[in-house]
Amino acid sequence: MPKRTDIQSVLVIGSGPIVIGQAAEFDYSGTQACRILKAEGLRVILVNSNPATIMTDPEIADATYVEPITPEFVEKIIAKERPDALLPTLGGQTALNTAISMHEQGVLEKYGVELIGANVEAINKGEDRDLFKGVVEAVKAKIGYGESARSVICHSMDDVIKGVDTLGGYPVVVRPSFTMGGAGSGFAHDEEELRRIAGQGLTLSPTTEVLLEESILGWKEYELELMRDTKDNVVVVCSIENFDPMGVHTGDSITVAPAMTLTDREYQRLRDIGIAIIREVGVDTGGCNIQFAIDPADGRVIVIEMNPRVSRSSALASKATGFPIAKIAAKLAIGYTLDEVPNDITEKTPASFEPSLDYVVVKAPRFAFEKFPAADATLTTTMKSVGEAMAIGRNFTEALQKALRSLEKKGSQFTFVGEPGDKDELLATAVRPTDGRINTVMQAIRAGATQEEVFESTKIDPWFVDQLFLIKEIADELAAAEKLHPELLAEAKRHGFSDAQIAEIRGLREDVVREVRHALGVRPVYKTVDTCAAEFAAKTPYFYSSYDEESEVAPRTKPAVIILGSGPNRIGQGIEFDYSCVHASFALSDAGYETVMVNCNPETVSTDYDTSDRLYFEPLTLEDVLEIVHAESLAGPIAGVVVQLGGQTPLGLAQALKDNGVPVVGTSPEAIHAAEDRGAFGRVLAEAGLPAPKHGTATTFAGAKAIADEIGYPVLVRPSYVLGGRGMEIVYDETRLESYIAESTEISPTRPVLVDRFLDDAIEIDVDALYDGTELYLGGVMEHIEEAGIHSGDSACALPPITLGGYDIKRLRASTEAIAKGVGVRGLINIQFAMAGDILYVLEANPRASRTVPFTSKATAVPLAKAAARISLGTTIAELRAEGMLPKNGDGGTLPLDAPISVKEAVMPWSRFRDIHGRGVDTVLGPEMRSTGEVMGIDTVFGTAYAKSQAGAYGPLPTKGRAFISVANRDKRSMIFPARELVAHGFELMATSGTAEVLRRNGINATIVRKLSEGEGPGGEKTIVQLIHDGQVDLIVNTPYGTGGRLDGYEIRTAAVARGVPCLTTVQALAAAVQGIDALNRGDVGVRSLQEHAEHLIAARD
Amino acid sequence: MTTSTRGAAKAPAVLVLEDGRIFRGRAYGAVGETFGEAVFSTGMTGYQETLTDPSYHRQVVVMTAPHVGNTGVNDEDPESSRIWVSGYVVRDPARKPSNWRSRRSLDEELTAQGVVGISGIDTRALTRHLRERGAMRVGIFSGEAVMDDAVLLAKVQDAPQMKGANLSAEVATKEKYVVPAIGEKKFTVAAVDLGIKGMTPHRMAERGIEVHVLPATATVEDVYAVDPDGVFFSNGPGDPATADHAVSVMQGVLERKTPLFGICFGNQILGRALGFGTYKLKYGHRGINQPVQDRTTGKVEVTAHNHGFAVDAPLDKVSETPFGRAEVSHVCLNDNVVEGLQLLDQPAFSVQYHPEAAAGPHDAAYLFDRFTSLMSTTQMEAERA
Repeated sequence: MPKRTDIQSVLVIGSGPIVIGQAAEFDYSGTQACRILKAEGLRVILVNSNPATIMTDPEIADATYVEPITPEFVEKIIAKERPDALLPTLGGQTALNTAISMHEQGVLEKYGVELIGANVEAINKGEDRDLFKGVVEAVKAKIGYGESARSVICHSMDDVIKGVDTLGGYPVVVRPSFTMGGAGSGFAHDEEELRRIAGQGLTLSPTTEVLLEESILGWKEYELELMRDTKDNVVVVCSIENFDPMGVHTGDSITVAPAMTLTDREYQRLRDIGIAIIREVGVDTGGCNIQFAIDPADGRVIVIEMNPRVSRSSALASKATGFPIAKIAAKLAIGYTLDEVPNDITEKTPASFEPSLDYVVVKAPRFAFEKFPAADATLTTTMKSVGEAMAIGRNFTEALQKALRSLEKKGSQFTFVGEPGDKDELLATAVRPTDGRINTVMQAIRAGATQEEVFESTKIDPWFVDQLFLIKEIADELAAAEKLHPELLAEAKRHGFSDAQIAEIRGLREDVVREVRHALGVRPVYKTVDTCAAEFAAKTPYFYSSYDEESEVAPRTKPAVIILGSGPNRIGQGIEFDYSCVHASFALSDAGYETVMVNCNPETVSTDYDTSDRLYFEPLTLEDVLEIVHAESLAGPIAGVVVQLGGQTPLGLAQALKDNGVPVVGTSPEAIHAAEDRGAFGRVLAEAGLPAPKHGTATTFAGAKAIADEIGYPVLVRPSYVLGGRGMEIVYDETRLESYIAESTEISPTRPVLVDRFLDDAIEIDVDALYDGTELYLGGVMEHIEEAGIHSGDSACALPPITLGGYDIKRLRASTEAIAKGVGVRGLINIQFAMAGDILYVLEANPRASRTVPFTSKATAVPLAKAAARISLGTTIAELRAEGMLPKNGDGGTLPLDAPISVKEAVMPWSRFRDIHGRGVDTVLGPEMRSTGEVMGIDTVFGTAYAKSQAGAYGPLPTKGRAFISVANRDKRSMIFPARELVAHGFELMATSGTAEVLRRNGINATIVRKLSEGEGPGGEKTIVQLIHDGQVDLIVNTPYGTGGRLDGYEIRTAAVARGVPCLTTVQALAAAVQGIDALNRGDVGVRSLQEHAEHLIAARD
Repeated sequence: MTTSTRGAAKAPAVLVLEDGRIFRGRAYGAVGETFGEAVFSTGMTGYQETLTDPSYHRQVVVMTAPHVGNTGVNDEDPESSRIWVSGYVVRDPARKPSNWRSRRSLDEELTAQGVVGISGIDTRALTRHLRERGAMRVGIFSGEAVMDDAVLLAKVQDAPQMKGANLSAEVATKEKYVVPAIGEKKFTVAAVDLGIKGMTPHRMAERGIEVHVLPATATVEDVYAVDPDGVFFSNGPGDPATADHAVSVMQGVLERKTPLFGICFGNQILGRALGFGTYKLKYGHRGINQPVQDRTTGKVEVTAHNHGFAVDAPLDKVSETPFGRAEVSHVCLNDNVVEGLQLLDQPAFSVQYHPEAAAGPHDAAYLFDRFTSLMSTTQMEAERA
């Protein structure tokens, strides 16, 4: 069936900010979908509040709305744009829930918008636990197999407690309905755990519904990715097997594609069930994901769940197979059938087939528990990982070891030296699934565990266990060999050993191993991901390395630029860096280069095979990058390697690449050092006459103490060479300084700790700028809403700055230029300043693309990353101005007075984490970055823009109701005016006794409520925490102070997270919120596309 | 320290193609030498079914999936009583099988059945070579059979070609046997065994068919001796151009207008019986992911294939044949190869691929229903007459 002719415009809903369970994969899928729809001649209208996405680039859609993804705002967009259709299946659970809610409110009917890609009935059948059980029963009646785990649906705690008996007792699984990434689900082994998990689940579920289920812990877990078209053709794109058995969320499991331990009969049974389910659910067109559990003892199959939409797994499956699920889903949604869609990779065969893999794909999750020391690190059915790495090898061992080193985290690779520890203890530890359990298992094997013991302890399939033994045996052979002979080295490489691992085992340096290996001619070849196991010729250069015989890299004539990506998403290094890499690829391709992308993150646009001319899906270690450079240098000329756009990962390789003779373009490794090294950077500042807060570096406690004594507490301490404020802390006294130095693992003689004076009450400012050696282009100046001391990644900020004047901008420009020049930047630089009193301090400079580049680019309608890529390869800012990539005149520091105001707000993952007692983790912001993503609010005035940023990040600000205020002493003064404003807007104030007293003295009436520590009152008066839990509070203002009085605040803030009540933890945020509430109450909040904003801005510039 | 289970490395082995390309690896399964036609299979599951499919007789099968043997060998999944492939090429054989139905390892099974294999070679390079140059003769040599490359190449070039090979009789049953209907018996079918897979009569039996499996040498008289409601011609190895006997038997069946169904080799026999030619594909279709369109409904089914030859019939028109009008009913969307034929004036049809699907997806199982409905229609018409 050809394309429908009755649809001329489509609204696509994105997934909003990056959160755990809903990450960059939806940028990848949404970008693909928008491009396809646009290429088909449709008008594409997009809404997504996340500026750090490729999909919100103005050229991807016809009208791009960076507005909150809430039914209210989406309705405004529909009313304005009047699209014919709405495609909700490519923006994760956020898009699906928004679409359903608009359907239920009658909005879609009102405006005559057709839901395409999924119908409401199918979405409900797939997502609603009870309906889905019915689907599985119907399937069993039809084809004779497939069943659900025994379960009961519960709507109250009473139902929950009674339900356990009907399932035959503990343990039971709790799964809330309609939440993403399995939020709120978990295993309960007793009533206490059950009450806690089910209580939170009932709250989290928009329908106050949880499912209790029999435990299938330890079973084998599988997923199938399916696609269906309007003619009822169905294909299974990929099978995925979880290395970690049932009990760990698939997003947190190491997963393998294709399935490794199924016979054809068992696999075909899953396939039959999957196809019957997609038909029974009635997914008209598009993709869906179905999860299965199989009892390893007898093969009993249980259908766990389905997602009637594109998911994280489908992004993984697309990268793993070369079959672009989202792209094809978009085509199917507008009427095409699978046989009408060509396979991009072969070009001559259709998409109505099932990919065959002649390689193995392993995905490994990246966690960030180190950012949440209080959180329980046990892996459960609630997803906790913040990113993932994928690796491809010609066998499992190769792919696994590549995936582990792609994680780029200390200890993620297997180690075979040192004492492994006690076997029984290791086996006992391995029972509990955690980040790095696979490494514990490897140590247990080294300590003498048998295959049976490992299986007993972990339930990891014996085939996988044997593969771990295989790796360990090779390590033994490497250790025992008299010398590294070619056969042994080749064998080790075939099983994925890195040069670094071999070096460690042999007690050599990594570069020595590499030299020996090269001398012996042991080098990788590059194979193609081609969807068809080489049955047909592939047109798409999508490569992975393997130690095999024949390489498939074709020669080329155009000079290549190799762009190093940013690896797995982690807190502090996320999708923003992928955005910059993708932009570089587009810009350099337009400039006539052959672009070569290297990355290992399957969630990203950069690892889409049609983003760059060539894609190497490879780990970003020195070894892997050097081999790619070697392979490409055999294929044709190399113009250079770009390291400044992928964050700290490629930046950290710059010097070593240069030392190995690789041409690093843009900012030189020496310049990078000048910015990263405290001493060198201090000299740059001194020469430019710029002040930095008093500081020093130390490698011991005594040294740090001496510095702190001199500059005075509080001090800001952190390890050098880190991203995202990892390990950064404000230290108020000597005791804490001592324990900080003792605990820190990042400090060594070559990596000292930095001790800075902490600037209380300073305004923090972020600047993104381009420098070509002669001219500075100030990309944008962002004023933080929170004061200095809160990591810039976690702080809200406004662009243009709302309180800085022309003189301040002038000073910022001069300082930025002096630093860019002094360091020797060629491309992007990001500098953080603090304005304390009237002094502008330089906090730090990063000679690379920053986290804020996409935000700045969108706020000012200038493609900074593209410009940076061109500057790296020698184009000047003047030339870029002339060709129109940069504005003819002026820059981000000279925005017109009526330029729109953009507010960036960070999104925190608090609700994902619990401590070992099952309580939430504290939500206070600090110098260590902990946000996973961001949203942007854009409007003509600050208040509205701020209100939009809050609506996009956490849900709308309340416009009336009860506000609870409890602030630290130092904040009491600055709280008075915003509090008065709240009252003026009709809020009823509640406060703890101390705050209430201050308010009353200033003539503001506030009801005193009991602190948690005071307990319930004699007349049954509830504490603030109880009131929050009872839904009696609409807005919370709670600022923490030091460590004193912390517990009360902690309980208040965790209750706020649990109930989803907006909680402001700084007075500055309160002041901004009041402006937002003011804007909302005036009721004139409209929507405007980025294209309209840009038109306005460009007109004002000229 | 645990003791290594890697053990002593297996004997070196060499794979030699008739055009002189050589791959070196390690022995897998039996040690010795073997010859055959090198073909590759892209199925990621179902190695047991593949190995025991009689259509692979005299072929050396290259598995594109790197890991083979992971689920071991069980007693339920074989498609016939023995392994038929003449040689087996894998990259990473399993050291330890894992499955609740597994009885022994694949390595043991190959060794027990004397099947010479090779492991540890670049199977993707070999597959690409076969894709570009076409299926060709190959030899695998291990242990004492390893000699000078030139000697081995000469041996390979002396081995018989697949083109022109008449192999059905070598693989088919020597004695007739009956597969009883499961449940109520509704029909009797005479199945001419040209290399039949175990799942085929089973799929018929599930539909109430009593299947009388006859040797490849069966005559028209033998077929009608069982008083069949329908006649079936199975898959099998070799060049259809040599299958004159089967073609003449089928023509006898067509003359009597008995409902007829053919699979794979059976499709090529029908093609020849109708007067079409057959030809050898460059490298064949072997895998379980092939998109085939049923031209009567427009629907696409994902199907299991194992064929090196194909029928040469026009796709764009209805052909006149001695048995009335015929058309191409199914086509492979990858390369437009004829995948099914049907007569429009009498109850006969066939497909080039494997609706019994062992290994493979079950999308085409409806064809067995089509066969039973042909038989019931014919019965009803006979009763009315």
